[in-house]
Amino acid sequence: MDLYAENILDHFRHPHRKAALTRHSVELQEKNPSCGDSLTLMLRMKKNTIEDVGWEGEGCAISQASMSILADALIGKTIEAAQALSPKDILAMLGVEVGPRRLKCALLSLHALRNALRKFQNLPPTPWREVLPNA
Amino acid sequence: MFQMLCYSPLALDIPSIRRQFPILSQRIGAYPLVYLDNAATTQKPKTVLDAMTHFYETSNANPHRGLYPLADRATQAYEDARSRVATFIHATRPEEIVFTKSTTESINIIAKCWGRTLRAGDVIALSVLEHHSNIVPWLQLKEERGIDIAWIDADGTGRLNMETLEKILGEKHVKLLSLSALSNVLGTAPPLQDIIAMAHRAQCLVLLDAAQAVAHHPIDVRELDADFLAFSSHKLYGPTGIGVLWGRERLLDAMPPMLGGGMMIDEVDCDHFTFAEIPQRFEGGTPPVADAVGLHAAIDWLTQFPWQEIEMHERSLLTTAQNELSKIEGLSILGGTSQERSGSLSFTLDGIHPHDLAELLGQRGICVRAGHHCAQPLHRHFAAPASTRLSVALYNTEEEIFALAAAIQEILPPFR
Ligand SMILES: Cc1ncc(COP(=O)(O)O)c(C=O)c1O
Repeated sequence: MDLYAENILDHFRHPHRKAALTRHSVELQEKNPSCGDSLTLMLRMKKNTIEDVGWEGEGCAISQASMSILADALIGKTIEAAQALSPKDILAMLGVEVGPRRLKCALLSLHALRNALRKFQNLPPTPWREVLPNA
Repeated sequence: MFQMLCYSPLALDIPSIRRQFPILSQRIGAYPLVYLDNAATTQKPKTVLDAMTHFYETSNANPHRGLYPLADRATQAYEDARSRVATFIHATRPEEIVFTKSTTESINIIAKCWGRTLRAGDVIALSVLEHHSNIVPWLQLKEERGIDIAWIDADGTGRLNMETLEKILGEKHVKLLSLSALSNVLGTAPPLQDIIAMAHRAQCLVLLDAAQAVAHHPIDVRELDADFLAFSSHKLYGPTGIGVLWGRERLLDAMPPMLGGGMMIDEVDCDHFTFAEIPQRFEGGTPPVADAVGLHAAIDWLTQFPWQEIEMHERSLLTTAQNELSKIEGLSILGGTSQERSGSLSFTLDGIHPHDLAELLGQRGICVRAGHHCAQPLHRHFAAPASTRLSVALYNTEEEIFALAAAIQEILPPFR
């Protein structure tokens, strides 16, 4: 299916949860320096559960739509469930075929999520190569 | 615009030039290939491909080593290429031409070998127009040796601030000014001759990054009075894998080698070596001979056309591009419109990220570059995280520029 399907463009033009959280438990920024995409993810945790999500960012339609879609999906998830999200899950949420050229754009949201959760747990960040599926 | 009016009857035969590039005749789906990413790398004419194949089929051997006729032919081919490069850029002698892997390696040789004599507090001057390969080697020296880097800023059109340069040269002991001869983002060139004269008055050497300039304008290192110059074959219609470092003989002669190995030595015993003369001193290991042959053929191919014609054709393409792109709402050209642009033109477009634009243009067969084009300081200067760049070569046509502008208009609506 076309990379720029209506749902992707919809999320790009009208992103969900794109606003700073006034009270958050953790905030983390990830960037794609090669193209200038950037995402800052904020999570409010209640014990082990993601209670609220907010984000800010700029970049291509794929990176921004991916964050918008993922943000909705995170509400109410436990840390374990959120951490278990795989690149495949993200691509399934996007529902379009993402070629190797744009994989980093599509998965920047997951990279930010994983490192936000790790930061919340006082763990060191993981590098990109942990996110990209055998790329 | 004006230039187009004085197109001479000798004007280039573009359709015939295009036919010499096998890759250009392909289609991407239903669309003809429109290749406008020439600043990244140019396509290669058939004569270049043939010359390289011919070398492998008739003359391949390790140069400077074998004592048989085939090795002589390989050596001859390699050294002929060196001489051709020397005449192409008007070097005093072929020994001043060092074959490297790329512009990047050429600049690194200067930073690492010439730079070995630098000490903490010595200054290298750079401009905000530079490509990362003319920034990072100097930042490495800053980390390793504590040198300082002085930056020459630019105005909103990308013109370098000559007062800053004057000030830097006056106040500090700048050892080297390393400067792009043509911006790979803006397509603008600093006034090289003036700058070099200014630098020399302050006892400062000048390294020119000619990666972009080399395919668009004649280069005469003696007339420019430069000290070092770097470029890559692959942006000059030649193969990848080979680049050029030119330096004044006495400067190269004073520099130690970069890579230790074969070719670069004179004598080796178990605890000692002496290194070879220039240029072999900087060419450790088996060199890219077939690529040198390809570069030779590329220079021969390009120089069959008068430079004036090349400049006129490419300038009229960029003028058309500026005119057509300016009609698109929300489009801004980095540095604004200019009649003095050559090679590249970059722009931003409201509502659509360069990556999305380039992806969708690519689906229509149109190849442009999106991102920061390895020039993050320059993009920061324009407060643009990324831009879209089109860059022209001799084989591009006005129709291709029209196709690009029409495709952008088609792509835009769903994003706004
Ligand atoms: C101005 C400039 N300098 C240096 C380079 C690096 O060239 P290469 O990648 O061939 O080493 C480029 C190419 O992108 C360039 O445009």
